[in-house]
Amino acid sequence: MKNNAVKSIVAIGIGAALFFVCGRFIAIPCPIPNVTINIQYGVLAFMSAAFGPIVGLLIGLIGHALIDFSWGWGVWWSWVFSSAIFGFVMGCTKKLYGLNDGEFGTKQIVRFNVSQLIGHIIAWGIAAPALDILIYAEPASKVFLQGIVAGVSNIVTTAIVGTILCVAYAAARPKKGSLKEE
Amino acid sequence: MQNLFNYISRKSPIHELTGATKLVCLLLWTFAVMITYDTRILIALPVIAFILFGISKIKLSDVKFMIGFTLVFMVLNNILVFLFSPEHGVGLYGTCHQLLPLWGGKYLTAEQLWYHLNLVLKYLSSIPVILLFVCTTQPSEFAASLNKIGVKYSVAYSVSLALRYIPDIQKEYNDISKAQQARGIEMSRKVSLVKRLKSASTILIPLIIMSMDKIETISNAMELRGFGKNKKRTWYMARPFTKRDILSMVFCALLLALSIWSNVSRGTRFWSPWM
Amino acid sequence: MIEFKNFGFKYNAQVDYTLRDINLKINPGEKVLIAGPSGCGKSTLIHCLNGLIPFALEGEREGTLKVDGKDTWDMSIFELSKKVGTVLQDQDSQFIGLTVAEDLAFALENDAVEEPELHDRVAEISEVVNINTHLLHSPQELSGGQKQRVSLGGVLIEDVDVLLFDEPLANLDPETGKKAIELIDEIHKKTGDTVIIVEHRLEDVLWRPVDRIILMEKGRITADTTPDELLSTEVLKRAGVREPLYVTALKYAGVEITPEMKASSLDTIILTDEQKQKVRDWFKAGPLAEKKSDEEEILTVRDLNFTYRSDRSDAEDHQALIDVDFDLYKGEMMAIVGRNGAGKSTFSKVVCGFEMPDTGTMIMDGMDLSTLSIKERADHIGYIMQNPNQMISKTMIFDEVAMGLRNRGGITEEKITERVNHTLQICGLWPFRNWPISALSYGQKKRVTIAAIMSMEPEIMILDEPTAGQDYRHYTEIMEFLKELNERGTTVVLITHDMHLMLEYAERSVVFSDGRIIACDTAANILTNDDIIKRASLKETSLYGLAKLCGIDEGQEFVSRFIRYERGNERHAEPL
Repeated sequence: MKNNAVKSIVAIGIGAALFFVCGRFIAIPCPIPNVTINIQYGVLAFMSAAFGPIVGLLIGLIGHALIDFSWGWGVWWSWVFSSAIFGFVMGCTKKLYGLNDGEFGTKQIVRFNVSQLIGHIIAWGIAAPALDILIYAEPASKVFLQGIVAGVSNIVTTAIVGTILCVAYAAARPKKGSLKEE
Repeated sequence: MQNLFNYISRKSPIHELTGATKLVCLLLWTFAVMITYDTRILIALPVIAFILFGISKIKLSDVKFMIGFTLVFMVLNNILVFLFSPEHGVGLYGTCHQLLPLWGGKYLTAEQLWYHLNLVLKYLSSIPVILLFVCTTQPSEFAASLNKIGVKYSVAYSVSLALRYIPDIQKEYNDISKAQQARGIEMSRKVSLVKRLKSASTILIPLIIMSMDKIETISNAMELRGFGKNKKRTWYMARPFTKRDILSMVFCALLLALSIWSNVSRGTRFWSPWM
Repeated sequence: MIEFKNFGFKYNAQVDYTLRDINLKINPGEKVLIAGPSGCGKSTLIHCLNGLIPFALEGEREGTLKVDGKDTWDMSIFELSKKVGTVLQDQDSQFIGLTVAEDLAFALENDAVEEPELHDRVAEISEVVNINTHLLHSPQELSGGQKQRVSLGGVLIEDVDVLLFDEPLANLDPETGKKAIELIDEIHKKTGDTVIIVEHRLEDVLWRPVDRIILMEKGRITADTTPDELLSTEVLKRAGVREPLYVTALKYAGVEITPEMKASSLDTIILTDEQKQKVRDWFKAGPLAEKKSDEEEILTVRDLNFTYRSDRSDAEDHQALIDVDFDLYKGEMMAIVGRNGAGKSTFSKVVCGFEMPDTGTMIMDGMDLSTLSIKERADHIGYIMQNPNQMISKTMIFDEVAMGLRNRGGITEEKITERVNHTLQICGLWPFRNWPISALSYGQKKRVTIAAIMSMEPEIMILDEPTAGQDYRHYTEIMEFLKELNERGTTVVLITHDMHLMLEYAERSVVFSDGRIIACDTAANILTNDDIIKRASLKETSLYGLAKLCGIDEGQEFVSRFIRYERGNERHAEPL
């Protein structure tokens, strides 16, 4: 009877808004100039793990496209798609965690981080550079290095921010069947 | 806050086009720019774009902030390309006109400069139309437009929801962040990167948990008002196409066709005086 | 017609039934108030009526619930939403559209209503709820009252038969709340719809008459009668729902309330001369208020100005604070009041260093605050946000309370443990010290956030709307706790909309209006001053009305007499 479709739509909207706010307004100073720390990937990994592949894909797509639009530099489609791909990959692993039942222990942390590692490698190590070469005919060595720098930074960010968010969210969930009025 | 995306309300023929038209035109135009490296087309496009910009009554001073950003981005990207692959152009165009010796036995070539000129032209072709789209399309109309060009209405509504709640979440983030800083949370350069990321998480946790509750309440509110009831929905902000809309879309479609034809007929995306 | 028969409901995640033995009939065109403390089941009842149960929230039921003769369990949420419209408590979640017009149109859009009907209906409804001049405004540009009118319009546009209001007064200042109740009444008369209001602020709802009050306690209906009848009993008090202040005052004075007195409103109440004399006697019997002396300033603010700068060329800057002079005395409990956007929150943010002022000085105990960072100021001034969920970022209570100390650095973990344990004891959280925060109630979470600030031992604590949305029991619990902290020496500043809070707990109140301080006085004096009430969107206390009715000229004195009597008589603080 329950209609999860509407909830997913709202999750995409709010998730994209969170992704946008984190990516656009939260500046974390970084030791290497001109490399930004993208904490939005921690949020994206969490939302995907909680809601699944379609929601993850669309949060990445919409959130990243909106960020690009708001800067006015044109939508850098290759990277937008890569964000969407990362969201999708993370979403596919949703079943491994049971986030909504309030479970996120060591086992889940390991699974989450292996997944995010794979997701980021696919997104920034393969998809982004390939699309850059295909669409923009840029030199391979340049786009792969960009991809690797972005990938490593995103992996570190997701490992810290994403993991902390999952653990905190799971802990804040009421445990199944344990609610008793005081 | 309507202005996050810099919509500027003026009276102009471009403003009067429906959002859907502008979105279609933007996509056609962007694809036309994306697929070709035919310099002749890449010179024509910015010229047309700047004329459109004039028609839209958007002034350069309105968008100087965004243009500044983009120019920096463009210069950086060119420098990177050059540093990594100073003879990239030679590979693309298949000819080699050496101008000056560089490092490691490499040469500065006319082809490389030509490639960079094309890169710059690509930026110049796309930036004005994107700014034009952003400045003349009401955010409200955007979701309706997406639905009109064939995106499922549920996904289109997600975009609308994102635009709706960005200002709220931004404000919420600022409030939480200040209150956590008062409790000693540090995000500046004074602490290590890992610590900074942990601090950011400390601020994000309340934001995320409240957002998850919000998702629940909003979806309830939407269902109570009949969202998802039918296969189709109408949009208050949608407007019917006029002749001008159709003409604009046909024009942009022709541009794309030209771009494709140039590639296909010559068997290559690239064009140089030496070919 | 709505009919509950031996109805009960249990959520899947819960062990006990949330609703039990509900037998209730609501006839078409009736206006009903459902009151009761938090957790009494009134939200669950609403969810059953609008279809969220069983559509979105699953569980087991007993008995039947029929709307217009049809069992709601056999209806879809869409079918039911055509009959029953809900205005939710959380305005920002209900306002889904990017602009007023879009939000009003939302339900029609979902019905795929085409042009020109769509635009015509929106224009029509926007006039009914009087928001037609703001059609293209975004929700961020609207006040709480305006947002609520949009929510109401968005529901009315569907031509529903039943209007449900879930705590419509929770986020509104007193004046706006009054207007909301008037608007609901107007719509009720105009449309003849059934109106169901769920609210625990009885006195404010009774500003316009209702047909019946249904009182709920622990999932059951314990009273279902007219307001006049209900006020003549003691059941409200027992249930933890606050009766109108004038009714309480009459009872203190020894006047027995009967249904015939029509006590549901000061406009209708019938008092005999003898009863009025009783009130006068009670007033005179009390001691005069003692004046506080030798006050020492802890915080002095002079010529404070602050402007929100807009980073867009087409938007104007907004000066949020204008020439603010402010003194806070050591050890006092002060309220800051005024309508939304009047500058009260901005003021506290500037004091805490969240925002930088344009001009002005802020001196605390001889220190110039402007030289201190956010973190350094927090050692002296603690700030507690309205919703505890905005502040909690740890899983365990101990860690949350220790966070500020740990971040401060240079304190041994041993010292921290000692201090945190001490704070937990003071705050009554000691028995829960090893609990996860997620297991706590809202009021307990609020305590945790207060404890987390307390552990840093600030001299001043500023609390933003500490009791918003809380029922009388939680309100009392939180406020008595703050009172205790205050008596231990912490200076407490409360930012609030709540007139009761200001009357009962604040020694002095500062009133903001359009960025300026327009008054600084005792609550009794402020809430009896027409000019200030009007400018700051406050509401005259009904005690003042009662005094006038009984021929007592010293209205302010009567109000303070009531407060002193109440404080002396009963401290209804209940332990957790």
